[in-house]
Amino acid sequence: MRAQKESLHALSRRSVLAAGMAGGFVLAFRLPVRAENKIEGGPDNTAGQFAPNAFIRIDHAGKTTLVMPQVEMGQGVYTAVAMILCEELDGDYSRVVLETAPPNDKLYANPIFGIQVTGNSNSIRAFWKPLRVAGAAARAMLVQAAAAQWQVDPASCTAANGKVTHAASGRTLGYGDLADAAAALPVPQDPPLKDPKDFTLIGKPLKRFDTPDKTDGKVIYGIDAMLPGMKFATLAQSPVFGGKVGHVDDSAAKAIVGVRQIVVLDDLVAVVGDHFWAAKKGLDALGITWNEGPNAQVNSSDIWDNLRAASQKDGAVAKSVGDVEKGLTQGDRFDADYELPFLAHATMEPLNCTVTLTPGACEIWTGTQVITRVQSAAAEAAGVPVDKVIVHNQLIGGGFGRRLEPDMVAAAVRIAKQVDSPLKVVWTREEDIQHDVYRPVYRDTISASLKDGKIVAWKYRVTGSSIMARWAPAIFTNGIDIDGVDSAVDMPYEIPNRHVEYVRAEPPAVPTGFWRGVGPNNNVFAIECFMDELARKAGKDPIEFRLGMLENSPRFKAALQLVAQKSDWGTPLPARTGRGVCLQPSFASFIATIVEAEVDEHGEVHLRRVTSAVDTGIAVNPDTIMAQLQGGIIFGLTAALYGEITIDKGRVQQSNFNDYRMLRIDQVPNIEVHVIKSGEDPGGIGETGCTAGPPALRNAIYAATGVALRRLPIDRAAIAVKA
Amino acid sequence: MATLKINGEDKTFDAPDDMPLLWVLRDILGMTGTKFGCGIAQCGACTVHLDGNPVRSCLLAVGLVGNRSVTTIEGIGATPAGAKVQKAWLDLEVIQCGYCQSGQIMSAAALLANNPQPNDSDIDAAMAGNICRCGTYVRIREAIKRASGEA
Repeated sequence: MRAQKESLHALSRRSVLAAGMAGGFVLAFRLPVRAENKIEGGPDNTAGQFAPNAFIRIDHAGKTTLVMPQVEMGQGVYTAVAMILCEELDGDYSRVVLETAPPNDKLYANPIFGIQVTGNSNSIRAFWKPLRVAGAAARAMLVQAAAAQWQVDPASCTAANGKVTHAASGRTLGYGDLADAAAALPVPQDPPLKDPKDFTLIGKPLKRFDTPDKTDGKVIYGIDAMLPGMKFATLAQSPVFGGKVGHVDDSAAKAIVGVRQIVVLDDLVAVVGDHFWAAKKGLDALGITWNEGPNAQVNSSDIWDNLRAASQKDGAVAKSVGDVEKGLTQGDRFDADYELPFLAHATMEPLNCTVTLTPGACEIWTGTQVITRVQSAAAEAAGVPVDKVIVHNQLIGGGFGRRLEPDMVAAAVRIAKQVDSPLKVVWTREEDIQHDVYRPVYRDTISASLKDGKIVAWKYRVTGSSIMARWAPAIFTNGIDIDGVDSAVDMPYEIPNRHVEYVRAEPPAVPTGFWRGVGPNNNVFAIECFMDELARKAGKDPIEFRLGMLENSPRFKAALQLVAQKSDWGTPLPARTGRGVCLQPSFASFIATIVEAEVDEHGEVHLRRVTSAVDTGIAVNPDTIMAQLQGGIIFGLTAALYGEITIDKGRVQQSNFNDYRMLRIDQVPNIEVHVIKSGEDPGGIGETGCTAGPPALRNAIYAATGVALRRLPIDRAAIAVKA
Repeated sequence: MATLKINGEDKTFDAPDDMPLLWVLRDILGMTGTKFGCGIAQCGACTVHLDGNPVRSCLLAVGLVGNRSVTTIEGIGATPAGAKVQKAWLDLEVIQCGYCQSGQIMSAAALLANNPQPNDSDIDAAMAGNICRCGTYVRIREAIKRASGEA
């Protein structure tokens, strides 16, 4: 484990230094960490084909293979990446073949992270330029090869649909015919890129590559891996975080038909069987005594007490503009605190990993957002060199940040070491919910002053766990987690005196991790909720109040005005029904969202309508953007209405979808998404809906009932009609 | 040994009677299109048809299937309703991660086979047992209407 940590640490540090981030973190996630956003690594020298870089291979038959550096987990990234590559390549889009990148940080690192990571809604932001350059370089070489063969000026040739044409002489050659000649040419470092007005693929709502196999059961997720002679296992880890195995009584389990082996490790017990059912029955029949360790008395109320105490301390200053203390003495001052709970990811595909061990080597099948970290974790657990680990990354049945961790892979390999056959380890849903890395509890304290209907001063302090300090320690500098303050340091509003602080407070026992929407989820919620409270204090309409602070922010202003118009903002609504707005800067997109909801007399919330206006720069695939907003909003609203993981005696109290509830189709209204045309570079989109939903819903409830909720999930009792 | 008619073919296997159909399909027969999501019939990812009726295979003991014919996601495209649903799903790009979609498609196909013109509340009733974590519900509703020829 140490070797792995050190190499990651070194990588992260190098990445940070390359971007000049060490001196200032502000908006660091928006900066390429490698100079000029270029991918390291030379051409892929696969024999017998034209492969000018790691992303494109063209064989003699013209078959064009595009290698996907980012993982597909439903967000549509395969299709967007293929569109960008093919746009600049002028390949035959209808015939391209997609391939998943192997673990190789040199060739396929996410330029923002410096290692292979799919997360933070940054795939398109990070790869926009490198992929365009890769496609354009290949195109330029193919054109040059054709021009040389015809002895004409390359500028007199055109390329389209996988062919080069010299119109003046009526000659045409396919890319396959040119592959050998093009492969002999030097790769241009600075090929001309298309003018966006000439795009033929980018900007169109093209069909996805991954969905046909998802309609008829053909798709293979990690959990579907099947190997000859494979056994199946499921596992139990200590219900109390950090506990160890004490005693195991396996007499009843061994008697179950199909149970083959009981594997007892320091921190987990697994049952191996002929199928998952035998393994599960065997696990249920085990009598396990756990040494619960020091966390056996941890409970939610202590965690909240600790967090509230920590939030009283001054934090590390993440941003300061003007003089906030002086500003707070001007006009009327208001204070508020907001609190968000632990959340589980609950990906639909339960955690799993399939392992084959041979002397000195390891092969695994899983779906991961961090393929090289998984490779290192497997190597460490198997005791083999990293280059002896083959990782078959599969399409992912939901990531949401859970698969930014390699724990399920390390556990599977450790179990497999005790078993003499290929092994598939599948977690039960209960194990998945109770041994997650949880979205941390957060507390945000805000003070603001209002004068003449405008905010004079804004003091904001976020208190919570730093995921970054564990996940990428080199990026946690000066006591500040850049993710923890994301969307707070760059809030949309023009306020003369602004101050943002960060307090790191780790909860006892409970492991924390990235969860869809990451830091902005917390900050956008607190900021947008307090904005509505301040608007009411100022006697202003919430949208009018916000627009008054967006004079120099045309993209925010346009999104807000469009969503107001499309949602019929301001038109009359029935009793106990309201509209709420959220405006957010997160992931380099400019998004305004309005939720319309009714609160019944029992405090139940009924969603009526959701409208969103999105300026995400150039919309590579507008249909994907709409889909991500629709789905992300539902993900966020699910959390707002139901999401909370609670701890008692060191254990997670929730276990499955019966007590960790999800929104269902009968609760979900129409969600209209309006994509604003833009010529700016693309922003991020996968997590934006998740961030937008909760504050917009809370503000709708505020409008409907007058109750200013300051915690999630929604407290029904607080908004019911009082008897 | 037991035999079941699955997607029109007889399949013979050896499994205890109390073993849920889901695990017979996935781990013994290698038909991995049907998904494990929760194991307690809360999420619908494991939905298959018995004589055309949707059931949760994660809790259905294989010994109770009897002579009823089993249809899974691998075979649903051979039914008229299933083919319509699959096409509508692709026309409207319903799917994101796709893990729950075998179950969604099986529930939708059963709905349309029994009720070719479902209204919103019919759709709610038939589909509320299927969780989608990616939140594709808006498009699922549209696609069912598309498949029914309404929209």
